[in-house]
Amino acid sequence: MRLTVNGTEYEVDVTPDMPLLWVLRDELNITGPKYGCGIAQCGACTVHVDGLAVRSCQLAIGDLAGGEVTTIEGLAQPNSLHAVQEAWIEHQVAQCGYCQSGQIMQAASFLDLNPTPTDEDIDTAMSANLCRCGTYPRIRAAIHAAAKKLQEA
Amino acid sequence: MPSVGKIARRTFLIGSAAIAGGVAFGAYLVNRPIPNPLLDDLGEGEAAITPFVKITSDGVTLITPRADKGQGSYSIQAYLIAEELDIDPNETTRTPGLPDQAYYNSEVATEGSPLPAYDESAAAETIRSVLRVVPKLFSVQITGGSSTVPDMYEKLRNAGAVARETLKEAAAQRLGVARADLSTQDGHVIAPDGAKIAYTDLAADAAGIAPITDVTLRDPKEWRYLGKAGLPRTDMEAKCTGAEKYGIDLALDGMLFASICANPGIGGALESFDASEAETMPGVKRVLEVKAGNPGVAVIATNTWYAMQAANAVVCNWGAPNYPATSAEMFDLLEAAVDTKDAYDLRQRNDGDVEAALSEGEVFEAQYRIPFLAHAPMEPMNAVVQVTDDRVDIWTGTQIPLFIRDRAALISGMDAEQVFVHVQPIGGSFGHKLEMTHVEQAVEIAMAEKGTPIKLTWSREEDMTHDYPRPASVMHGRGIVKDGRVDTVDISVSQQAMAPSWFGRLTGMRIPGPDPTITTGSWDQPFAIPNYRVTGYRAPDLAPVSSWRSVGASGNGFYHDTFLDELIHKAGADPLEERLRLCMHAPSRKVLETVGEMSGWDGPSLGDGRGRGVAFCLSFGVPTAQVIEVTNTEFGIRLDKAYIVADVGRVLDPGNAEAQLFGGLIYALSHAINSELTYEDYAPLQTNYHDYEGLRLYQTPEIEVKILENMPGIRGIGEPGVPPAAPALGNAIFAATGQRLREMPFNKHIGFV
Repeated sequence: MRLTVNGTEYEVDVTPDMPLLWVLRDELNITGPKYGCGIAQCGACTVHVDGLAVRSCQLAIGDLAGGEVTTIEGLAQPNSLHAVQEAWIEHQVAQCGYCQSGQIMQAASFLDLNPTPTDEDIDTAMSANLCRCGTYPRIRAAIHAAAKKLQEA
Repeated sequence: MPSVGKIARRTFLIGSAAIAGGVAFGAYLVNRPIPNPLLDDLGEGEAAITPFVKITSDGVTLITPRADKGQGSYSIQAYLIAEELDIDPNETTRTPGLPDQAYYNSEVATEGSPLPAYDESAAAETIRSVLRVVPKLFSVQITGGSSTVPDMYEKLRNAGAVARETLKEAAAQRLGVARADLSTQDGHVIAPDGAKIAYTDLAADAAGIAPITDVTLRDPKEWRYLGKAGLPRTDMEAKCTGAEKYGIDLALDGMLFASICANPGIGGALESFDASEAETMPGVKRVLEVKAGNPGVAVIATNTWYAMQAANAVVCNWGAPNYPATSAEMFDLLEAAVDTKDAYDLRQRNDGDVEAALSEGEVFEAQYRIPFLAHAPMEPMNAVVQVTDDRVDIWTGTQIPLFIRDRAALISGMDAEQVFVHVQPIGGSFGHKLEMTHVEQAVEIAMAEKGTPIKLTWSREEDMTHDYPRPASVMHGRGIVKDGRVDTVDISVSQQAMAPSWFGRLTGMRIPGPDPTITTGSWDQPFAIPNYRVTGYRAPDLAPVSSWRSVGASGNGFYHDTFLDELIHKAGADPLEERLRLCMHAPSRKVLETVGEMSGWDGPSLGDGRGRGVAFCLSFGVPTAQVIEVTNTEFGIRLDKAYIVADVGRVLDPGNAEAQLFGGLIYALSHAINSELTYEDYAPLQTNYHDYEGLRLYQTPEIEVKILENMPGIRGIGEPGVPPAAPALGNAIFAATGQRLREMPFNKHIGFV
């Protein structure tokens, strides 16, 4: 089976029902997307497929249908981080950091669709991403900051 | 036996040892020097300066032995060394190093001391200094008890200062000038004429001279990093780019992947199993029975997903463990033990004459309970283990590397010196990674595939059902109010013993004596109540349990403060004013006053179905007060705003301390509102985040944090934010609705937005 991740094409020999998450992690050693629950409850596995945030633990590799996959490793430009990543660092969001790849991928996709979100918009878009450390207040602040950066860019 | 004073002083001495091509320094073990772990693999021309700093011609390595579970310990340990060494920690290599006795944690046992944290008398300090020696003798390299900063505050700055002065001395000898005429900056020694010599260039010279150990630590006013707002965590960028490698991310050449299904009735046997379907599934290499840790059946496969799928397909017949099958039976046992002579365990608070007061006045009684709680960090348990003929290598995120080393030696039949534990960054713990069942299992699996690295990953379901949770408990409170004041508080808590359950798993030894965790967080509060008694009752052993963020105070903070709030209400007093009147500890009073000012406190009612609650708990030496504001909406309780004030003595990383405090509040509310483990057929019914849901972003209130520095000394901040949150929320809900919540999770009794 062939797939494109972060602009690179790969060939893997796995069963078609294997979730994209595990193909990325164990077959391709792309470990930014994390295993947290396996049932779309935590969002730690979030990646982009054709620019949209999806839970990679729920997408069977056989259903990828040529979709281009971007993981947290491929979010930044070669010489500069994505505005969401910059905002995350400025606001010192991460604690354990395990959920943050998923949070950042979710936020980046969301800001693509809604460049000027309200607090309520953020609540709706981000509440399926679980953080056990409780970094939510800074996630909210960082998304507003990233939105501003993207507007000014 | 040296005197207590001598031991306490020597705790901080740095000794030295000459080695081939270099010099190294180690801490003393009472009268005996601890061998320096860096000596074993030093190359020619390398200088190891203290067990915390290593300098070679290639670069500077800072060794930060306390585990990082997300609380920022690697970062603050690096800054503590760097502050004295004069180097940007982001320009160094940072590693926890290999676990060693030299990294013993002298502060971890002080929370169990029989003295309340507000007691600063000489006698109290003497007892604490003895407690600091115990971990040293028992090789306890533990991360826990919010102890990293108090334990490392002097040790690491001392290490940085010794290294700096020794490098300066090496430069002084090379240049033929006095050491006093040299200065240091950003990894260089600066000569009187402004010329710079890199530390790396001085490594070989420094190896050949006597270390400079007579150092004076800098005045905090001179600090460049510590205490400064906006200090960037050293791990932040890696965590925002996917570059951070946690234990679960580790990949070794030729590695195979394993998963396991073990008996959810922990301690019960594996009677029989049928793996016929699992063996035929894709990618499966081998199915094997595992006896170490907790009996079960493991699958080795070509990736984790294949292993988990096959492990799910194994049909197991489990034997019953040695505890009751259901939560209902367990709570019956807890209730049966309260206030009985047979179950009496410990009474550390007994002021006035409670019996006399209760026999005379009108007694108010209330009964409380809290459930078992899983830690459920985002990263499930995992370990990579490789066993060869002469060594065992273990890569795992852990708070207890030396216990793991010793247990792996026992399982594999090797000597402890042949076991190497490589501690990995941890994706959350909250106490979960004080356990090692997964490592025991991984060692046994890897022994069956000698030479091949095996990565064992627990599924979320395996993790949730083998969590070693926070113990459930019940509390019976009796109290009397008189003349508008709280007069009598009598609290009886019944819980199974937690510390012996955990320590027994780690060491095979039973801790004798009472279990202080049954009442920590309630007996040790800084209040002067005329008749005031707190008693711990020890219920029989139930499901095996462990430490959960803030340990005893996680439940006792709720019991003590909520019951106090009930009595204050009965007395007709203001919740904040009466707490302040009763509080006899100046820094704690200041914390309460400050949270009152921040929240604009003018009583519990905010009108229109809105209310606020205040709560206080002194835990881990940190007085912490919180105010939470709620609205009773038609869709349930909504959390509007929270205020946190804590006093840590001295704050080293203000931004991270703030994050730990609001994170602690959110973690506490996650469970206070909607989480519990309930047992049926010996196993928790909750298996994943869908039925053990933490707080989500939309439920999180706006939070304001203020940190004070009036307490003596310096304390850690990872846990103290947890205990006051549940009572502050419950008290707020009472203010808004008149409904008193005496059992967690609260959503069993009231709806939330």
